[in-house]
Amino acid sequence: MYLDSGVSTAVKILVVGHFGVGKTTFIGSISEIEPLRTEEEITEASIGFDDLSGTPDKTTTTVAMDFGRLTLSDEIVLYLFGTPGQERFKEMWEELSRGALGALVLVDPERLSESFPVLDLVERFGLTYAIGVNHFDGTPVYPLSEVREALNLPANTPVVSCDVRDQRSSAQALITLVNHLLSLTD
Amino acid sequence: MKDESDHDLELTSPLVPLFVITNGRSLPPDHAYERTTLVSAHEGASARARTLSPEARQVLDLVSDGFLSVAEVAAHTHLPLGVVRILLAELEENGLVLTRKPVPRAERVDRELLNAVLDGLKARFGA
Repeated sequence: MYLDSGVSTAVKILVVGHFGVGKTTFIGSISEIEPLRTEEEITEASIGFDDLSGTPDKTTTTVAMDFGRLTLSDEIVLYLFGTPGQERFKEMWEELSRGALGALVLVDPERLSESFPVLDLVERFGLTYAIGVNHFDGTPVYPLSEVREALNLPANTPVVSCDVRDQRSSAQALITLVNHLLSLTD
Repeated sequence: MKDESDHDLELTSPLVPLFVITNGRSLPPDHAYERTTLVSAHEGASARARTLSPEARQVLDLVSDGFLSVAEVAAHTHLPLGVVRILLAELEENGLVLTRKPVPRAERVDRELLNAVLDGLKARFGA
């Protein structure tokens, strides 16, 4: 359960995507610990309320988030945070994106339009990202170029096919992201 | 005298309002205890600490045997992340825990660090 005593550097990568896209499965397939869950309260402004008093009407919601851990060397541990891609969680995004190496954006080729709000958040918080196109049993395998076009991605953004249940496939998606991050430091 | 039992801890959390658990303290600034900040108890801290709330004691005991991230502390204690941050601030002020802050965000991400992450992933998954 505990980290090796020499581990001194914690880094994080966000695994983001819309509800049901496979974030927790992805984390579970490569985490060295059983995926864990944090609960936290966020406040959100109510929408469509004309406020004249100067005190915004806010409600509090509890958000559960799953995460996993990978010890990568004697010194380095990587945390993977499954991050919900809704606008109303932007308060959490602020903290999560701070210091993050980058983001792996999981998309479902059958529900590509649901990924637009997610990409908006990733770009707004300045995260470098790669796209993992999840394929489930029975889903037709879309050409990655079509996904790229549909999502209107920058030319250098990597798009990889990924089976989130498969450890090697999930790891390959992460490796693609880290290679992309490295290419940007040249 | 040991007066904390797991049974008591189980009962306390759900019934006591959060502001009581945290003794009315407010949240420390977010960056002080990011979820990837690593935390461990100082040696002998558990024996030295006498007047802790059951929840603070629970956190301290959890990190008595090694380092865990703030996120893991919250997950294992089933306490909300915000409460864990406040409890950790209290424990650190009392000299009971030490922390290792995450790497600050640089203008450009450190190439050496990224290479180490890449090597680690490749070694681990044989890719």
